[in-house]
Amino acid sequence: MAGETESGTGQDQPVATTHPEGAQIKTEERAEAPNLVVSTGPRGLSERVKQAAIATFITAVLAFFFFPIRTSIAPGGLDITWRWSLYALALIFAFFGKLLVDAYLLSPAGPRVRAMVSGLFILGFVILYAWHPLGDILFGTGQFEELLGSILIGTVFGAILLGLVVLISRATGKIGTAATGVAAQKKADRISTFGKWALRVLFVVALMLPWIVMFLFPNRDRQLIDISILILTYVMLGWGLNIVVGLAGLLDLGYVAFYAVGAYAYALLAQYFGFGFWMALPLAGLFAAMWGIMLGFPVLRLRGDYLAIVTLAFGEIIRVVLLNWSEFTGGPDGIGRIPKPTLFGIEFNRGEGGFADIFGLDYDTIHRFIFFYYIIFVLALITHFATMRLRRLPVGRAWEALREDEIACRSLGINTTLVKLSAFSIGAMFGGFAGSFFATRQGFISPESFTFIESAIILAIVVLGGLGSQIGVVFASIVMIGGIELLRNIGFLSVVFGENFDPTQFRMLIFGLAMVLIMVWKPRGLISARQPSAVYKERKSIGADVVAQGEGH
Amino acid sequence: MNVTTTSRYPWENDPLLTVENLTMRFGGLVAVDNLSFTVGRGDITALIGPNGAGKTTVFNCVTGFYKPTEGRIVMRHGPGRRDEAVEELTDSAARYARQEDGAVFLLERMPDFTISSTAKVARTFQNIRLFGGMTCLENLLVAQHNPLMRASGFSIAGLLNLPSYRSAAKEAKDRAIYWLEQCQLIHRADDPAADLPYGDQRRLEIARAMCSEPHLLCLDEPAAGLNPRESAELNALLQFIRSETGTSILLIEHDMGVVMKISDHVVVLDYGRKIADETADAVRNDPKVIAAYLGVDDESEIDDEDIRADLHRGEHQAGTQGGEA
Repeated sequence: MAGETESGTGQDQPVATTHPEGAQIKTEERAEAPNLVVSTGPRGLSERVKQAAIATFITAVLAFFFFPIRTSIAPGGLDITWRWSLYALALIFAFFGKLLVDAYLLSPAGPRVRAMVSGLFILGFVILYAWHPLGDILFGTGQFEELLGSILIGTVFGAILLGLVVLISRATGKIGTAATGVAAQKKADRISTFGKWALRVLFVVALMLPWIVMFLFPNRDRQLIDISILILTYVMLGWGLNIVVGLAGLLDLGYVAFYAVGAYAYALLAQYFGFGFWMALPLAGLFAAMWGIMLGFPVLRLRGDYLAIVTLAFGEIIRVVLLNWSEFTGGPDGIGRIPKPTLFGIEFNRGEGGFADIFGLDYDTIHRFIFFYYIIFVLALITHFATMRLRRLPVGRAWEALREDEIACRSLGINTTLVKLSAFSIGAMFGGFAGSFFATRQGFISPESFTFIESAIILAIVVLGGLGSQIGVVFASIVMIGGIELLRNIGFLSVVFGENFDPTQFRMLIFGLAMVLIMVWKPRGLISARQPSAVYKERKSIGADVVAQGEGH
Repeated sequence: MNVTTTSRYPWENDPLLTVENLTMRFGGLVAVDNLSFTVGRGDITALIGPNGAGKTTVFNCVTGFYKPTEGRIVMRHGPGRRDEAVEELTDSAARYARQEDGAVFLLERMPDFTISSTAKVARTFQNIRLFGGMTCLENLLVAQHNPLMRASGFSIAGLLNLPSYRSAAKEAKDRAIYWLEQCQLIHRADDPAADLPYGDQRRLEIARAMCSEPHLLCLDEPAAGLNPRESAELNALLQFIRSETGTSILLIEHDMGVVMKISDHVVVLDYGRKIADETADAVRNDPKVIAAYLGVDDESEIDDEDIRADLHRGEHQAGTQGGEA
């Protein structure tokens, strides 16, 4: 009701607004504004050189105690070795690299400047390679042919690196400022075609991986295939959790519980009933799905933080039960001698009737590794295709609608209870499949493998990759799991930090750092755009800023 | 019971929805007090009243988002009053009963999502609730979840991509495209709903509700935030919906240009009580409604002496909203 003052002053102003006001207008303006790429940074060549010089100076300061000075323990104290040439090379690389990256990626330059910068970059590379032979010649010990060869190699490597930068800049459309809507659309198209080709290449590489690895790294093939198997296991777990967190928007901090249920389902079925892997696999998925429903019921009415806490507790309950029910699960001792899978009844053993014997090959343990690789590859593919298919079905659309707005879902007659339970159970089922694969690969499981940190890693993979994005999960898994495994093999870090430096001890730190960086740089994960599940005329990917994140975020 | 056999108004003879003695209390606050009204089949019924009169509470009771403290809400499919069936259903513990030529539903007994899926009452929201990250087309496909879910054999036929599901999916898409065309949103079909301007979002919400093929469409302030041209388009759209699909419409609206032009029947609430229940013309000239809500441009138009005296005491209390009518 209008008060006294309002009836006096507010007569000529409309009470009910007929136009959207304030923030609404701003939002609409932003929605209609063309996609402008704001270009900041150096323009002319001299400005670029100045920027590169600054970058080189910063590199010089930062690298001073790492590159030119090297201390080693000598009898009677420390011994300093000076490595000025390494320092100089690093600075040259920094200078020309900065020029190149600026010109192509950060503040795209005109064609003339680009050509000059490219020439300088290759020149820099030539200097990098020709440095030592030139020095040798100056001191009178070198050969002229060696210098020529170095220049050639430098040119070739420089050109290759240059080509890579040009390719990236073309793919991301950074060359030439995309100032109009058409250009922005073209850029999006370019990225999508680039993405499509990247996906195809990735798929072929994944399909051929064991052979590629055996060809390229014959000495480390077992180790590398094993890492690939681990990565694919996490890809599958990430895809399973993506259904719950990415599509249905229900934050699940206890996903490892389903992984544990799947693993123990197979281990126990094998131990008590002598089940083989292929018979136990569907049952493990079924058990995990059942536990998914059991978790689903109590959390149906929960939202936000409460949902996260209860799922977290659920994961711990499963682990603690497995730990303490010693008579049945073996408690902390775990379950060992879990049978390996067979290929249509053929075992991968040495001797009579084994895989190598039947196919007339020499026995090699790598056969089993390759077999494991293809099992998890197929399982992960099934997860992927089932998820993609489900997204286009009414149930998948209901998951996403639930993430967007639960009340609107109910007003449209969608039974949100069933939708949530289906998301939990299907996500859990894939977790169960992955779990039973884990059990058969390890041959031994104990509750120690299913701690909260596993849930956190899987969730981190999903969040870093981009909620709801399938390919994002793949990249995140490669970075998170493969990267951590690679840390074990980085020798040069111990050169820098000393002999006792163990990079794996820093994995949690690196983990956290990666999280912080991604959240600053891309708060919605690496690949955050959403692809619509149905198209009328034209498929447009949907920006992450309008996609809701659901409960518990 | 208020809705007995008086057949002075057409909506009493062939009601779609009857709200009987509805009371909703929130603690000590009585938001809706013993309210009874009827929505006629094929009518456009407006629910108006000042802010805080309890209109949205009535909506939330009808659509199951609130469980009413007291009262009965009857939804009928098929012609006639079906009094016997209603009484029989009320005495039983069932939520609804089907007859050969229709069905009766007791909405106050039903969970919210079944009111939409079974009793066929669709609604929109005062603060628009679209699935912002999904395209317009997807929004309308979500609205057809239940028939599509059945057609997809609870995802099994859908996973195998059987022809039965494919044809159902195509039908659903066609229906979505039909409603996008009717609401003039077809050019934005592949854009996310959150990117649409405000007026388009309102129309999309109506289109989404229509995709669930309701018998009754409940609109909570559909013209809020629209400019006069968009309001006129909304009028045309609502009249099209009524004439084309036979869907009855119950709307809450403050824009009298919309209410008076298209409503067959207007119910006026004030402080949770019904103060008028008439045709649009009768309500417009009802002194009680004018005093409580509508107001007048010129004081001398009021013929009731008491009210004129009241107005002077209240310093033109009701004057502000009258300018809109």
